[in-house]
Parts: sequence; structure tokens; C-alpha cells
Amino acid sequence: MGSYLPNAEQDMREMLKETGHDSFDQLFGQIPQEVRLKELHLPEGLSEMEALAKMEDLAAKNRTFRQILRGAGAYDHYIPAIVGSVTGREEFVTAYTPYQAEISQGILQSIFEYQTMICELTGMDGANASVYDGATAAAEAAAMCRERKRQTVLVSAAANPQVIQVIRTYCFGSGAEVVLVPEKDGVTDAAALEDALDGESACFYVQQPNYYGNFEDADRLGEITHQAGAKYIMGCNPVALAIMKTPGECGADIAVGEGQPLGLPLSFGGPYLGFMAAASKMVRKLPGRIVGETTDRDGKRAFVLTLQAREQHIRREKASSNICSNEALCALAAGVYLSAMGREGLQQAANLCLSKAHYLQKALEEAGLSLKYDRPFFHEFVTVSDVPTAQILKALEEAGILGGLPLNEHEILWCATEKNTKAGMDQAAAVVKEVCKA
Amino acid sequence: MKLIFERGKEGQRCSILPPCDVPEVTLKELGIPERKEKLHLPHVSENELSRHYTELGKQVHGVNHGFYPLGSCTMKYNPKVNEKAAALPGFTGVHPLQPEHTVQGCLEVLQQTEKLLCEITGMDAVTFQPAAGAHGEFTGLLLIKAWHASRGDRKRTKIIVPDSAHGTNPASAAMAGFEVVSIPSGPDGCVDLEALRQAAGDDTAGLMLTNPNTVGLFDRNILEITSIIHEAGGLAYYDGANLNAVMGIVRPGDMGFDVVHVNLHKTFSTPHGGGGPGSGPVGCKAFLADFLPGKQVRCSRGDGEKAGTEEAGTEGTRTEGAMLHFEAPSRSVGSVRSFYGNFLVVVRALTYILMLGREGIPAAARGAVLNANYMMEKLKDLYPVAYDQTCMHEFVLSLEGLKKETGVTAMDVAKALLDYGIHPPTMYFPLIVHEALMIEPTETESRETLDTVIGVFREIRETAKTDPQKLHDAPHTTYIRRPDEVQAARKPVLRYEFVEKEETV
Repeated sequence: MGSYLPNAEQDMREMLKETGHDSFDQLFGQIPQEVRLKELHLPEGLSEMEALAKMEDLAAKNRTFRQILRGAGAYDHYIPAIVGSVTGREEFVTAYTPYQAEISQGILQSIFEYQTMICELTGMDGANASVYDGATAAAEAAAMCRERKRQTVLVSAAANPQVIQVIRTYCFGSGAEVVLVPEKDGVTDAAALEDALDGESACFYVQQPNYYGNFEDADRLGEITHQAGAKYIMGCNPVALAIMKTPGECGADIAVGEGQPLGLPLSFGGPYLGFMAAASKMVRKLPGRIVGETTDRDGKRAFVLTLQAREQHIRREKASSNICSNEALCALAAGVYLSAMGREGLQQAANLCLSKAHYLQKALEEAGLSLKYDRPFFHEFVTVSDVPTAQILKALEEAGILGGLPLNEHEILWCATEKNTKAGMDQAAAVVKEVCKA
Repeated sequence: MKLIFERGKEGQRCSILPPCDVPEVTLKELGIPERKEKLHLPHVSENELSRHYTELGKQVHGVNHGFYPLGSCTMKYNPKVNEKAAALPGFTGVHPLQPEHTVQGCLEVLQQTEKLLCEITGMDAVTFQPAAGAHGEFTGLLLIKAWHASRGDRKRTKIIVPDSAHGTNPASAAMAGFEVVSIPSGPDGCVDLEALRQAAGDDTAGLMLTNPNTVGLFDRNILEITSIIHEAGGLAYYDGANLNAVMGIVRPGDMGFDVVHVNLHKTFSTPHGGGGPGSGPVGCKAFLADFLPGKQVRCSRGDGEKAGTEEAGTEGTRTEGAMLHFEAPSRSVGSVRSFYGNFLVVVRALTYILMLGREGIPAAARGAVLNANYMMEKLKDLYPVAYDQTCMHEFVLSLEGLKKETGVTAMDVAKALLDYGIHPPTMYFPLIVHEALMIEPTETESRETLDTVIGVFREIRETAKTDPQKLHDAPHTTYIRRPDEVQAARKPVLRYEFVEKEETV
């Protein structure tokens, strides 16, 4: 069996004796015999070599694709080599939450830097140290907006369905009502939003670009929301934020999003990273940890966890959220990623996504798949075809390509990033053409 | 030290992406508004970037640096093979929305780990969607809420939580829409049965409990406690924060609990990453399984259970040729996170459980309890133990007497430990003990390490008598010393301000 126990048998016997016990059975004497487990039905333990071989076997049962044309909430971006080299450092990997500031300045400063970068991306005033993912970030943002008389949460139907579901589930807990604002022609129906808002509306959540890849008229939706006295939450793709009008510029009260595109591998869905930022008047309502700058006893610049009076370990049932562990190592990855990319690099990535997705769309159009929405999109778009989606996707899979996500029998949600080459997309289009021709 | 924004200069950068090989498209030509505010990101060469984080790394204390007896956090050694398994491209390169037949390995990871955790906790089903312990608590409480609602029992609005509980317990109950009823602990630090009986009634939705509890004692009345709740019509929730003390020895399911979360980042050796990612899978008894969030892994032919009855997680759990697939539970509460939770953390935990196996799991618990008792025994003459009896994996010291006698506080002792390269214990928790230091050495520390640390504690106790000012002034050797937290909260500076902020691109 494998073991990480350093003490030899002899040592343990002596230690037992020094604690006044004859046996482990006696050491566990507090546990009544009638509840103790008689036999643990687990397999026999393994050596490191055997365990790793088993894990390698499991990994080998998965198929990975070199060419991925699927997004829908998880995006295949290039990750600079330096990201893994930094996040793999044992000191960052094995540390706990930086409660002891004196020996945690490295982690605290990295979070402060991350918070700054998130503020810069979103155009907001303050960010937290991360939450679990983009969906929980949206749900937490909605909770920040609830007031005594304003309890209804409005959500755009053009947002990612998983995000909508998580908001619903969180609201099942809190008892808040969720109202879905319908989409029209691939974007949020502004008139329907106007109708849905009333004096009980706490907030409206919109995704930019939305689930179908289309750009929303974020300014207009924000105006409508604010006119009704509700808060405006924007869920944004962080790469698109390098070039598009920011939530801050659109007048949003809270900006959130899925940080996975910022240097985190696909990893079958996690760990990912939820980022959250708010305008100054709502910063104190942010959930979870926040790092602030201060000075130490000798007047030296120092960083600490701050505004802790919001948090569960102080406020207990009155806390703004129950979050304790977050996604610190993923936030570190995002910080390294954004540093390696810099402004030019991130803007380049955003423009590559935009350009490649448009190239792919045209190539697929020529191959026989028409664009569903005649609207500006970022790096995702929906196609329609008479040919069943299953046939198209199967042919692509046989060619080693993960095609777009089937939305139904005839519609596919495609995605392109900087990783997709012209040659690769041409090949995909050729496969689709064959299927459509047949 | 410098912030990343204070390093390098405009024009310095890393070479990452190639030029565009397709016709360029811009937001402008699409008629989409562009950002006007200049985007300030670091401008550094890769060398500068690497050095920055190396420098930051020097100001971090990880488990790899030294002793980390942070009570309630189970800072055990993080095996490196876990990291190797989690970094396999066959796991990291998989898109979460790939067709099921292309992700059979991932599904098998979830299925095997579910079976293993069911066996360890005594539950019937597990969801991996919760990304942390508190997230698991919230999820478990939603199951309880949905179950009562499904029976049309809407008067159950209260969750009972002992006053010794972790802060996340009451916070999670409030998030799930429950009213929190706090009950006092008895003089022995355990649940006061009389208080519990009085609190339990037909408005009780459930009870949240850790056992061993936060003072490090196993509540021997546990069967009575859970039956009081069941008789009142409520359900019992097990907070798995302290499972490391008893895994393989006693199971929450056998103690009468209906729902449980476990912290893979505590008990199952996955690293804490400076605060996360963790993973807080939730297990439940069969009658609650239909309410689980997200999706469960199932075997398509329905004969996959065949060999699984004997030993969870052995080769035979999956019949050759059978396909695994996802299925949403019929009365699911929804989703608490996107996709299937922190998958790579599950990969690490599975690696660990496979290595320890049937002997190693309880052996780890025995080691944890032995180390805690050994340390307690060697300190209790100088530092009074809050509850003086055999403890489980952790124990709580009360420095109230020391403070009265010398003016030295738990905070001073904690800060003094920093000068010895030791991470302080959890301070001022649980709230029911004054000047508390909560020590959890874990099983992965050697007797020699424990002896060294015991020596340090004793030395600090001596210093408290002879030179208390030295302790008030501690730490003396760290990069910064006692930062001003009041100033940080009063005038929050939460981001770096760039001087030329008004410029546009």
C-alpha cells in the first residue's frame, strides 16, 4: 500500500505509550463500538508507480482533439509556457489561504495584482479574489443586488443556459424569483426587458457577447435597467474585453465572467475561475476574499485580506455569502497569463478570435451551412442546415476535429480562437462540404 | 517589493502569438463599440516575469516549507504524483462538452471516485459539482430543502447549528433560505442534548454537525443526536471538514447522517493552492439521490454494478464494452456550478485514495490522531487544553491564563512562531474558547518535527515570562511585520492606480 506516514512502527508505539494508550483501539476510545466500521471495502493500496499507471490508463480512454471548434462556455486558447511554470511552483500550490500576512505576501500581492487586472479589463473600481466559476459569479452578483423591496432577478434568455441554471438554483435557495427575459433574433429583446422590469426588480443579467456569440446592445439594456431602478450586471468574455466597450463604460454596476480563457486548460470543466468586479458603491457587497494595500509596523507597503466584516467567519449567518475556499491558484494563472500577454498580446488574441471566427463562418457558409443570425458576433456563431447536425459532427470527429456544439437537429454553435489555423479551418469546411453535398 | 506593474516598461513584451493568417476583421467595421479606456496590463519580458513570481514565491509559506498545524484545515503533505496525474494531457485537454464516447476516461474517474467516497462515507450517491466545502454545504442544504418540499412539508424553515460550528455552516444555511438556530455546546464541548431536544421540532429542517467537532472531540452521543433530529422529522447534515480523523474508522452514514460533504483539499491530500481550487463533493443516502445537482455517471448496459458490490473502485466496476454516460437526476435541484465541478481536483483525490487503499485510509486517520495527542500531551503542562481529554486529530489550547499572567496573547504566540519558520495554528477559533489556538498537526509530520515544534512552543512560553515585549513585537524576521489591518479596511486600496489613467488608446 502507498503511505505518506513518516513515523516507523516503533516510533508510533512509543508515541502511543507517551499519550497513555496501549493501542489505537484505546486511542479511539471516544468512538462508541456500535458505530465503528467493521470492514472498509476498498481495493488494496498501490505503489506510486501502479497508481500513476492506472491514472494514465484512464486518461488514455479519453480522446483529445487538436482542432477544436467548440466553445459554449469553455474555450481552447493558447496558454503561454510560463503560466504552468509559475502555477506549478510548490510554494503557490501547497499554501493555504493567506490569513497570516507576514508569511503570505507573495500570494497576497499576486491577488492584489490580479484584482487590478480584472478592474482594468472590466473598467470597474474593485474586484474580489475570485469565486468558483463564471456561473457562480453571476449567481453571487444577483444576490448582491437584492434589497428588501427588490427581490426579482431578471436574466437574459440569450445567456449561457448553464449560467441561467446556476442562477435559478441559487435563487431556489434564497427564495428570489427568476424571470427570463426572452431573446429575439439572437439577442435580448429590449422591449421585453422594459416590460419585465418593475419596482420589485433587483437586477438584470446580460451576457456579452451572448451565448450565440452575438454582441448585445449593452448600453441600451443598461439604460433600460437603470431607468427601472434595478442594478445592471454584465457577464463578459475576458478576452473580448481587451477590445470591446467595457462594463464600466456601459454603466454596469457589477461585471462578472468565466476566467477560464485566461490561461486555464479545458480540463473537462474545471478548475475554472469566476471573476467579479463592481463599481465603487457596491464594492463592499462583493462576496469572498478581497486583498487590500496597507503598511506594516515599519511603514513598509504590505498586503492583507481586508473588509473581512462581510465574510462568513466573522458574520456567520449574516454574511453576504458563505464562500471560503475560492480559486486562488487559477487567479494566479490568470495574472501570469495577462502579464505574459500584455495589452498588445491580449488585444491580438481578441482580434485573432474575431477574425478567425469570421473566416470560419464564411468557409462553412460556402460549405452549405447558413448563418442563423445576421448580426455582429465575436468568436462564436450559430449555423443552420438541412443536413442533420449529427452527420456533420460525426464526419468532423472522424477527421480528428471537434466540431461545434449541436443546439438541436439542425443548428450548431461554432467557435474559433487564435489556436485555429486557416489550414485547419479549411479542412473542417471541406469535411462539412462533403457531408452537405452527399 | 515591486508590483508587476512597476516592473519593465512600455514596449517590453513576451512573444506568444503568431500573425493573423486569415483576412482581418475589426470591431469597428462590424459597428460594435470599442473600449475607449486604455487597458493597463504589465509590459514585461518573459525573464522579468519569471523573476517577479520567483520573488513572490519567496514570500510564501507552503506545506513544502515547513510545519503547518492550521486547525480545521488539514494541511497534510500534497503528494507529487497527484499533480502528475492531474497534468496528464488526456485530462487537461478534454472539452467538457465533448461527445460522451470520447470522454469515457473522465466519466470513469467520476464513477470510481463516487464509489470510493460512498464506501468511505457510508452514502449511496455523490455529486462532484460543488467546488469547495462551503459550496458543498449549500448544495447539501438544497437537497434537504427540496426533499421537505417534495413531501409538501413547508413548515420546516430552521437549521440547527451548534455554536462551535465553522462560520460557513450558518452562512450556508442562510443562503439556502433557512433560519439558523444556534444551540450552545455543553461543558464538555459537545452537543448539549437537552438544548438539542428543545430546539428540535416540527419546524426543524435539519441539523449541521461536524464530528469530531471543532474542539477536536468525537461526540459519543452521535447516534442519539441524529435520532433526535430524525424523530423531529429533520435530516442530519455532516460537515466533512474533520473527516481526516475518522476515515476508515467510522462513517457518517453509520452515525445516522443523511447528507455529507467532504473536502478533497483537506482529507484527500489535494493542495490548497493559496486558497483554492478545492472540491467539496456531496454524498447522500439513496432517498435524496434524485435531488442531486448536475449529472450522475451511469452505465449504459445497466450491468456495471455487478462487480462493484464487493469492492468499490476495482477493475470490475465497469463491464468490458459497456459505455458510461451522464444522466440528470429526475428531481434535481438544478446546478450549483457549470459542468461537473473541479474535475482535476477529483483526479488528484482518486490517485491518493487508490494509493492508500483499504489499509492506508484508516492508517492515515490513526496517524493524524496519534500526532495530535502526542503534541497535546507534551504541551498541556504549559498551555492549558480547553477540553482536557484524549483528542482526535486536533486540540484547542486556551491562552486566557497566559494573557492574564503575562499580557501575552494567542496572537503574540502565533506571530512568534513565524520567526521559527512555523505556520501558526488557527487563532481565536472556535469562538467558544477564549484566546484559542487550534492545532492540527496531521499524519504526515514525523515525530522529530513534532518534537522540534514542541520545543519551540515551550521556549515561547518561557519568553512570555522573561521578555513578553519580545513577543508583542514578533515577528522579527519576516518580510513585513504586523500590517495595519484597520487602515486597510478603513481606507480600502484594492487595486493599483496607474498614473496616466485618463489617456485613451
